Amino acid sequence: MAEEMLEVSVWRGAAEGRFVAYAVPRRANQTVLDLVSHIQQRLEPGLSYRFACRVGMCGSCAMTVNGKPRWTCRTHVARVAGADGRVEIAPLRNMPVIKDLACDLAPFFDKWSRARGRFAPTQTRTDDFAPVAPASIQRQAADAGIECIGCAVCYSACDVVAWNPDYLGPAALNRAWTLHNDARDGAHTARLAAVAGDAGCHACHSHQSCTEHCPKQISPTLSIAGLKRASALAALKGEI
Amino acid sequence: MRPSIDLRGRGHAAYWAFLIHRLSGVALALFLPLHFWALGQAIQGPQALGGFLDWASQPLVKAAETGLVLLLALHLTGGLRVLALEAGAAGAMARATILAGVAVGLTIGLMFLLGVFA
Ligand code: SF4
Ligand code: SF4
Ligand code: FES
Repeated sequence: MAEEMLEVSVWRGAAEGRFVAYAVPRRANQTVLDLVSHIQQRLEPGLSYRFACRVGMCGSCAMTVNGKPRWTCRTHVARVAGADGRVEIAPLRNMPVIKDLACDLAPFFDKWSRARGRFAPTQTRTDDFAPVAPASIQRQAADAGIECIGCAVCYSACDVVAWNPDYLGPAALNRAWTLHNDARDGAHTARLAAVAGDAGCHACHSHQSCTEHCPKQISPTLSIAGLKRASALAALKGEI
Repeated sequence: MRPSIDLRGRGHAAYWAFLIHRLSGVALALFLPLHFWALGQAIQGPQALGGFLDWASQPLVKAAETGLVLLLALHLTGGLRVLALEAGAAGAMARATILAGVAVGLTIGLMFLLGVFA
């Protein structure tokens, strides 16, 4: 029996470029990342793309597959290829393309630091452990967003990022919200001030494209809503 | 070139809810001034009012009014939905607000339609 072939269109170039079609044999349990690797290893050694863990932990393999941002190592071809056997693979949106499927994620992570996405310790190594009750409302709010792998799928899906390149974006704001709910962190007020500006949480239009596409089932929309409430309250109290 | 607008990642219910809210808002901003102008004609005196009422009883005008009410209702429920999201609705609750908002909005529009043509 003849091998079943997929027609895989891959973006070649940078901001300017074009889709190039490659024929890739279909396999059982094949992932989209397998398609890209097959092309790079057998058909087009010059193809640029990123991956590392292949198990959905590192967040480096995200691409736009048939128009939707996805983690490619955990996306089965069976889920995205239509009956016609076509798959279209492009780089993520809202970031400069370096080459082919590899984006420059610097703007994305710069925004994490602008949103004060870094833990601000309040204790030293000689202090005792901080007791954090797992069932507390704060800890549960942090837990809901903590599994983020920094893949930028949400950032790529967000219209507001496309409209306003300064917008901090769903992932950085989600990170800020998890830290805001960390009782050990000492920068809550400064962080709220950092995320409350024009390009911060209040710019979110609640489209939920971020939530819709996040492969870790996180809802940045919910985290951003939390930041909106917390920063409004802080502003009313005159803290920020 | 990749198309700058790609609808494939936007075909989810929450995006439709956003679109309905945004488009109904824009349409209201365009039509409400017209509506108020028409109402303004009514206070120009009894004769003008009579003429206006005749005009307003035409089916086309009634249909346009129904459209206006429908827009208002959808925009209102869309706004309530955004408030619910900002208050912390997520998951199944957030999905329920979409359906509830559109259902209530359409119901109000339908009730008005039955009312004006009764
Ligand atoms: S909910 Fe907010 S952050 Fe998420 S995609 Fe929409 S605008 Fe962007
Ligand atoms: S919130 Fe989700 S989509 Fe966004 S970077 Fe984190 S894991 Fe990726
Ligand atoms: S390669 Fe690490 S998440 Fe896909």
